[in-house]
Amino acid sequence: MRLVDVVAVLGGFPALAGASLTVERGEIVLLRGPNGAGKTSLLRLCAGLLAVERGQATVLGCDLTLDRAAVRRRVGLLGHANGLYADLTVGDNVRFWGDTVGATEREIAASMERMGLANRLMDVPVGRLSAGQRRRTALACLVARRAELWLLDEPHAGLDAAGRDELDQTLRAAAAAGATVMVASHELERAGALASRVVEVVGGQVRGAA
Amino acid sequence: MNAWGIARLVAAKDLRVEWRSRVLINQVLPFATLVMVMFAFALDNDQTLTRVAPGLVWLATMFSLLVVVQRSFAVETADGALDALQVAGVRPAGIFLGKSLALLAQLAVLELVLMGAAVVLYRTELHAGGVVLLVTTYVAATTGLAFVGTLYGGLAAGAKGRETLLPLLMLPVVAPVLIGATRATEAALGTEGATPSDGWPWIGLLILFAALFGVGGTMAFGSLIDE
Repeated sequence: MRLVDVVAVLGGFPALAGASLTVERGEIVLLRGPNGAGKTSLLRLCAGLLAVERGQATVLGCDLTLDRAAVRRRVGLLGHANGLYADLTVGDNVRFWGDTVGATEREIAASMERMGLANRLMDVPVGRLSAGQRRRTALACLVARRAELWLLDEPHAGLDAAGRDELDQTLRAAAAAGATVMVASHELERAGALASRVVEVVGGQVRGAA
Repeated sequence: MNAWGIARLVAAKDLRVEWRSRVLINQVLPFATLVMVMFAFALDNDQTLTRVAPGLVWLATMFSLLVVVQRSFAVETADGALDALQVAGVRPAGIFLGKSLALLAQLAVLELVLMGAAVVLYRTELHAGGVVLLVTTYVAATTGLAFVGTLYGGLAAGAKGRETLLPLLMLPVVAPVLIGATRATEAALGTEGATPSDGWPWIGLLILFAALFGVGGTMAFGSLIDE
């Protein structure tokens, strides 16, 4: 992923003001910075949800200025919400999201296996899960969707210690399997330990983005 | 995946949510039946009830439609699933068609129960000669209602005060369906000497309505849920 002097506007105000960042496949990058610095905007731009006004932006080999829809299908963005259906079981949810990209039964089963959901929790309705288990289910949906770039906004929020440990293990495993992970977080100690690189977002620009 | 493939997935998912939560069976159907009973209490005259039964059935359908549409989109917005579908680049036309299909199936069950309630409570009589018109009326009107419900449900989904906003937006729009479906049903049931031939012109209105909102919704749904 490569951004060069990217400018993006949100609601008439500059959300990114010349942001440049290069991220290699398999990296876990932590975005830190104060509120309103542009971390979430950077994630949304990489997900193809925010238009590039100026500059160059290439994500997963696709030019964001030309085809944002193609990027959306390959990226997984997880914000504060999990995007799950509480009345459906874990298995139903993962299968639904996998089916949107034509994932096979084997891929869907593998994604649940990878997140430790395959046996005990598979038939449990999502509404009965703990916050950490829901987060894991949401991540399994990203795997089932074959997301190659994971964009996570404050992923540790609302999780207990065990849930946070589970999440970190999951992200490390995803990166080891070839996914690229970008995490925006205020929890620098925890997220910093997880990340292979930390960059600072200030005033819509990225610092320390070698 | 193409829009029809997504539509099938979304419809199956919505029906599965309903099957697991039983909201239609445990809450909406009793509510609709209760509305029919209340109408009977309010009018309290067999002749009047028989005469206005088609209108009451469709009014009860409209009220229940509001509940079903609210529920259909509450499921999508509770944990950001509708946003996630957009983020994932899932075709909005497929989401629209899928949710409309699921709504159509649920409304069909609801209308069967309401018609049964009309037969029992209002002594409505079904005539063999009007069956084709009655079935056509139900198919055309229900399709139109499903499209409008999905379109306006999507529009109100992200708005503040959506619970009160949806009836305000939707009820005036479905007025042509209420009128057309009531007249066609009266003709099918032979209410006050009406004959099936009186009902067919209303079917044209119902089909036009369904086609307009089906095409419009398929094209506009993406922009609506983006707002």
